[in-house]
Amino acid sequence: MAAVTTTPRQKFGWGSANFVVIALALIPVLWMVSLSFKTPAAILDPSFIPASWTLGNYHQILSTSQFLQPLINSIGIGLIATLIAVILASMAAYAVARLRFPGKSVLIGMALLIAIFPQIALVTPLFNIERSLGLFNTWPGLIIPYIAFGLPLGIYVLSAFFREIPWELEKAAKVDGATPFQAFIRVIAPLAAPGMVTTAILVFLACWNDFLFAISFTSTISSRTAPAAMEYFSGSSQFTVPTGPIAAAAVVITIPIIIFVLFFQRRIVAGLTSGAVKG
Amino acid sequence: MSATTEVTAGTAADQPTKKGKPQLSEGARAERRLGWMLCAPAVIVMIAVTGYPLIYALWLSLERYNLEFPQNIKFIGFSNYGAVLTSPYWWQALKVTVIITVFSVSISLVLGMLLAFVMYRTLFGRGTVRTASLVPYGIVTVAAAYGWQYAWTPGQGYLSALFNDSAPLTSEVKAIAVIIVAEIWKTTPFMGLLLLAGLSLVPEDLQKAAKVDGATAWQRFTKITLPLMKPAILVALLFRTLDSFRIFDNIFILTAGANNTGSVSILGYDNLFNALNLGIGSTISVLIFICVAIIAILFIKGFGTAAPGTDIETR
Repeated sequence: MAAVTTTPRQKFGWGSANFVVIALALIPVLWMVSLSFKTPAAILDPSFIPASWTLGNYHQILSTSQFLQPLINSIGIGLIATLIAVILASMAAYAVARLRFPGKSVLIGMALLIAIFPQIALVTPLFNIERSLGLFNTWPGLIIPYIAFGLPLGIYVLSAFFREIPWELEKAAKVDGATPFQAFIRVIAPLAAPGMVTTAILVFLACWNDFLFAISFTSTISSRTAPAAMEYFSGSSQFTVPTGPIAAAAVVITIPIIIFVLFFQRRIVAGLTSGAVKG
Repeated sequence: MSATTEVTAGTAADQPTKKGKPQLSEGARAERRLGWMLCAPAVIVMIAVTGYPLIYALWLSLERYNLEFPQNIKFIGFSNYGAVLTSPYWWQALKVTVIITVFSVSISLVLGMLLAFVMYRTLFGRGTVRTASLVPYGIVTVAAAYGWQYAWTPGQGYLSALFNDSAPLTSEVKAIAVIIVAEIWKTTPFMGLLLLAGLSLVPEDLQKAAKVDGATAWQRFTKITLPLMKPAILVALLFRTLDSFRIFDNIFILTAGANNTGSVSILGYDNLFNALNLGIGSTISVLIFICVAIIAILFIKGFGTAAPGTDIETR
């Protein structure tokens, strides 16, 4: 793809540019990792390598429900919201990509509007609505808004993916004697699966990342998610900042992201760019 | 890509394309029904969570409604708007939000462009660079924000130590600069990836031809690459600007809005959860929504940004 003639100097130049990019991206993350392994005394030392190491911070957060329960909430709420959002978005995206019906542009416009919607504008009214419906401080109280904000992303990414599927194959399979169900399961589903996995990752990351809804619509650890719970950590005494435990919690909630990024780098890039830039 | 899209679309539509209403075949009507049925659940959820609350917010913004005095709820017309628009807090928050948006978006555009070039040109380690740059994109904003906060804490942070034990988070201008840096770190990879997608649409032949004609690298960039990438740049800018305008997480963790560093989102949140004032909170919500709408209209009408998805309508 790149220019064919590359001098050693250019190679060195791009190589160092790579190095700079990687360093800038990872240093703030490594700083969190370093903090999470520092003993309370070592935290007062700004050096990057901990002067004395400890697993105490991790032990502290993983031994109480103050962080474990929110972690479970984050995973549960994220998975349920993602599952429902991907199913609903797949249905709508199939219709957008394959069917002719009036109102399609209204749907696209609505999805775009929600994609750019300022969440804070919804916090006040939703807070009041959720209180009166008994949804405040419950899992559904977060799941429902997450689905709504996951849908536009899902519809965009999936309709882009669905339009690339060679749907003639379905017809061909039917000609060859497959039932519609077989044609769908054997031919279409495997082709659609990568797009759905990509969408699921992006929607889950969005839920996992949310903070504003999480602090606004919850009041106890029974439904508070992990990012919102970190604010309520307590130090060893009333007057110490719980730096170590917060750093450890930040590392714990970053681990799933690192795993996603390592295994699905191509998918995430494809999904991010397919929704916004059309080739 | 768009060529194949149209071909698929063409084969999908065997039905008559005329607008004649009465002669709708049974097949077309069934297709129409199926389309609506498939979209209905998504539409219902989106309207229930955003459309209805927005209208409700409009209504609340016309009321005096403080949760501390529930017996005092009263319709007061546009008084809340008068109160917010004459309040220095609103204009200060708007100023901070605009400053953060302008600086973080423009700097991340330049850095994102550099990143896109690095990812495009790099011969080895392509995957490593992309994987590494996806980490800031994917990381939970709050987790990263704590990292920045501790890094700038005097006596314990590496960045603070690097800058002579300064405490930037305690002064307005420096704190805003720290917030902007945190935003740029988080959002540049997204910018870079969108621009990379635009960059790969620029034909290599055109570059080579210009090179043969003696164009310098800078001329090739400004005369060929930039004009061809304009649509991709505008879409990336639109998304980043709107996203930046609603900045909340980084400020909440880094300063919580102290020393006049709060954004409009922080102001709205404080009015709801600290002042328990639903009326004023809703008014701020509506005003933020209007700001965002103005930004979007400016981009789409003013700069001719192609709203993503509009190609679907026109096919």
